[in-house]
Amino acid sequence: MPNYLFKEKLIQKTLALTAGLSLLSLLGIVLFLFMEGLPLFANYSPMDFLFGTLWYPTEEPGLFGIFPLFFGSVAVTLLSSLFAVPLGVLTAIYLNEIAHSNTRRIVKPFIELLAALPSVVLGFLGMVILAPFLQDVCGADTGLNLMNASIVLTLMTVPTICSISEDALHAVPRSLREGSLALGATRWQTIIRVVLPAALSGIGTAIMLGMSRAIGETMVVLMCAGGGGALPDSFFSPVRPMPASIAAEMAEAPVGSEHYQALFAIGILLFLLTLVFNIIASHIAEKHRQTGTSSL
Amino acid sequence: MSVQTLSLPSSSSRRMEERCMFAFLRLTAGLNVLVLGLICAYLMWNGLPVLSWSFLTEAPRNMMTEGGIFPCIIGTAILSLGALLIAFPLGVASAVYLNEYAGKSRSAGIIRLGVNNLAGVPSVVFGLFGLSFFVTFLGMGVSILSGVLTLAVLTLPLIISTSEEALRNVPDTYREASLALGGTKSQTIARVVLPSAIPGMLTGAILGVARAAGETAAVMFTAAVFFTPKNPSSVLDSVMCLPYHIYVLCTAGTEIDKTRPLQYGTAVVLIFLVLGINAAALVIRDKLQQGR
Repeated sequence: MPNYLFKEKLIQKTLALTAGLSLLSLLGIVLFLFMEGLPLFANYSPMDFLFGTLWYPTEEPGLFGIFPLFFGSVAVTLLSSLFAVPLGVLTAIYLNEIAHSNTRRIVKPFIELLAALPSVVLGFLGMVILAPFLQDVCGADTGLNLMNASIVLTLMTVPTICSISEDALHAVPRSLREGSLALGATRWQTIIRVVLPAALSGIGTAIMLGMSRAIGETMVVLMCAGGGGALPDSFFSPVRPMPASIAAEMAEAPVGSEHYQALFAIGILLFLLTLVFNIIASHIAEKHRQTGTSSL
Repeated sequence: MSVQTLSLPSSSSRRMEERCMFAFLRLTAGLNVLVLGLICAYLMWNGLPVLSWSFLTEAPRNMMTEGGIFPCIIGTAILSLGALLIAFPLGVASAVYLNEYAGKSRSAGIIRLGVNNLAGVPSVVFGLFGLSFFVTFLGMGVSILSGVLTLAVLTLPLIISTSEEALRNVPDTYREASLALGGTKSQTIARVVLPSAIPGMLTGAILGVARAAGETAAVMFTAAVFFTPKNPSSVLDSVMCLPYHIYVLCTAGTEIDKTRPLQYGTAVVLIFLVLGINAAALVIRDKLQQGR
């Protein structure tokens, strides 16, 4: 084999190994989460873990029922999606279908910058602006609660939903719009009955990724959700979503203790949940790519 | 005539509907801009008066209730640039493999699946991984090294996907011309493809730095501490950093109200840093798109 061919081969192999690193990292994350988290279930039943309603990790013996934490995560994610989905999708429609290209060039970077705001700053704002507001104006017992965290999470997920939805709308072929307009439909009718249905799967991907971001977000729920360990009885009750429990308690849990293992077990659940969201999102995206224009 | 009046609402009511809906859409889009504007204005209003030369260049004093945030700025710079130093070469190499060598092969598909799912992992889970692998298993302790490595894993998918995008935008004719002139594949990549993809890759690198600089959950178990009196002198020292500093000041201190000005000041510095870096990336991208 000539010398240079050997060199080429070597370069290719090195690059391939490097590319494998991210796959390896993912496997490493799975491995270490399970290694630290699974030993909990040697003497604590998984059923009690998932459906127990009492989270008293520092008691002797500790109670590790994460249902209230799981419920808290689901509640903030759903409530924030309730705000973020319409806001994000409507903004995407505005940007792609209605806005003048100059307006678009100004508004789009703003939304991208909104996505770049560090979550700790948003959490801080939730504490100093939103919390007093909720307490004084809405009469909540505490300003740090389910509603507060959901509103702040909305700010984080709108940019994600908006920019991916916009890509989906952008991919709708021009001929569909022209066909609808030529049949005498107004621009609004075209948008709502032709463009939106055609982009629906892409928008589905956007919503899934937005929710995945919301359920895994830590700092906002740690700072704004209030940290109550019980099941919430209203939108203004404090909750303690799963990432918040991990972040708040990790410092005080001795390495290798049951509490430490339980926090890693929550990490496993969180990882699996976001994985499911991401898989659904890429599945929808995949289908979207294959259909194309002819099957609409 | 009769058919038209039966089946369609009059054109003026349809236009009215369209007008109302468009106005509503404008309102929602405007809301986003308004919120970002209000957030920045509010932070500036409360934070700018705190900013001074001494705030930026001094260490915290008196149980963190006075003084500046210099160690945090240094810590954030070390962590985010360190992460980039590791993630950028690895990310670019991965992207080169995926785009130039693997193409649509099965191994590329599996790697891409890994990259996409790594991008979706919550940052607190990266923190758990860093804690169990770098801090405990490899015995690096709560240190700059652990934090940098954790952040490098976290930013890797972002850098890979932006770099791959940049490579994909290099026209095939460039490659063909180089190969036709007798260049080998690696020469073509090193001297033709990479130079024309570098600006796009830099945009990704910049976004990665911004992401790492604002990250809290991933460093709170691996690198950051409440307070350390000395400046870091080795990679095994722990550091203070801006995001964690904000979190600690506004939740864990005994004098939360007294340190409120410091919290606003730190938040403004972090925002300036992150949004400034991002705006730079957006400008570069805009230039690139216009040049094309």
